[in-house]
Amino acid sequence: MARRDLPRLGLLSLLGLLFLMPYVWMVAASLKPLDEIFRASLSLWPERLAAAENYGRVIARVPVAQYIWNGVVVCGGILFFQLLFAIPAGYALAKLRFPGREWLFGAVMLGLLVPPHVPALPLYVAFSGIGWLNTFAALIAPSTISVFAIFLFRQFFKALPDELLHAARLDGMGEWSIVWRVVLPNAWPAATAFAIFSVVAHWNDLFWPLIATQGHERATPALGVLYFRSEEAGDDFGAMMAAAVIMTLPLVLAFLLAQRRFVEGIATTGLKG
Amino acid sequence: MVLPAGLAYLLMLLLPTLAAVALAFTDYELGLWPPAWVGLGNFEEMAADRGFRSSVRNTLIYVGIVTPAAVAGGLALALLVEAGGRGRTLFRAVFFLPVVSLTVAMASAWQYLLHPTIGPLNAALRGLGLGTPFWLTSSDWVLLTLAAIGVWESIGFNMVLFMAGLTAIPRELHAAAEVDGARSAWDRFRLVTWPLLGPTTLFVVTISMIRSLRVFDTVAVLTQGGPNKASEVLLYTMYTEGFTFLRLGYSAAVTLVFLLVVLAVMWIQMRVLDRRVHYG
Repeated sequence: MARRDLPRLGLLSLLGLLFLMPYVWMVAASLKPLDEIFRASLSLWPERLAAAENYGRVIARVPVAQYIWNGVVVCGGILFFQLLFAIPAGYALAKLRFPGREWLFGAVMLGLLVPPHVPALPLYVAFSGIGWLNTFAALIAPSTISVFAIFLFRQFFKALPDELLHAARLDGMGEWSIVWRVVLPNAWPAATAFAIFSVVAHWNDLFWPLIATQGHERATPALGVLYFRSEEAGDDFGAMMAAAVIMTLPLVLAFLLAQRRFVEGIATTGLKG
Repeated sequence: MVLPAGLAYLLMLLLPTLAAVALAFTDYELGLWPPAWVGLGNFEEMAADRGFRSSVRNTLIYVGIVTPAAVAGGLALALLVEAGGRGRTLFRAVFFLPVVSLTVAMASAWQYLLHPTIGPLNAALRGLGLGTPFWLTSSDWVLLTLAAIGVWESIGFNMVLFMAGLTAIPRELHAAAEVDGARSAWDRFRLVTWPLLGPTTLFVVTISMIRSLRVFDTVAVLTQGGPNKASEVLLYTMYTEGFTFLRLGYSAAVTLVFLLVVLAVMWIQMRVLDRRVHYG
């Protein structure tokens, strides 16, 4: 059995190595001094370790901590409002009877068809009108509504037993306290899956931050890499790769630590990439 | 209970989307108010503009390469990884890694890897005595190179979706098929796995098309649509027209074309879903 498995494992290892090439070379170049990079040798390990120089140049020239902090604030803010809005709405659509419910669910389904790039232009105009450009509000607000989250939570809450809710109502709980005290504690699997999906999407997003901000002050990690490339680095590939490593690391580290949750989160929420 | 979500929906999604549709029929430029209604003027300009036509063509070519390659590749990887017990977690993580990596940063890594003179790939090709193309700066190669990066980015995502689909197929079916004479692995794949994977495959194809239609990051970082518009794609055209040249009316019209293409893909998916896909 084990021997029969060898060709498969060999092939997978080969493909896996091929897949990891960009990472391998990115890390290798971030450790090399420039003259070694320009010699274009195929040896991975640097003859002279220049990690301190390369990473030092990145940290000296651009506010790395600021980028990461901005990324955390933006992703956290977006996720907070997405859950705050989508969990009650999903609950109402799944379990409450009220006039216009079908109609609202239709609106959710319609919203699923619209990529976030479509409302971007008018949002930019509106935000520049009210002086919101270059603020956290501008980065967070457009993503606060996730029709996908509403849809996901509605499907998830539909499976909750009605008896649970009846019991809570008999205890005299209002619908809002049912949402936060009964439904939410049961929503963790869906919420974690969605949280991972949301954070990955917004940490990596370039399109909207590029539109909504200017300069380093509110730049997210994606923008940070872009700025470092265009303003500071030029042909300084060592420092550029160091910057790329720094900005990629937080999410990759989180992924490696909670691999299974990530994969399952993305697979169950894969509906909307 | 639906009020907060409803308000946000209205303000951040519905109204701006309707406004984008309306803008597409005006000559609005930032700072020039009020805009004039130009009817189909923007669309006529698009049809006549060679830059826009190549943007549409490039986008379709990109989708036409990335979707089949990432779907077939994702399926192949899923079958390979699932075929045996060992290494499942490890290989799943390896192939999935690009999905969670910062695209802009990985684009920089690719730029170094593919650099015409100092890049390791061309160094290796030189070592083998082969040609060393200008991957990102020659108009013959640039779209193919971007598509290859696109495949690398999304293949792991598709693999995970296929793996979820594969685990849903009962093992007894394979055993039954073997008893019934499907001796080779290929026969069992053709007769059991492939038909039962139908809904998953349709879903993965649709999602891959929509994701690849949205190609923007790699173009913005690596080529800015160049050289000579050879890698200009729809969202990048929309971005430059709207936010570099501030021609928001025209940019909105490009957005509308993009939206219509996305809707067409979803419509086709629904039609196919209604008719043909076999549910296990």
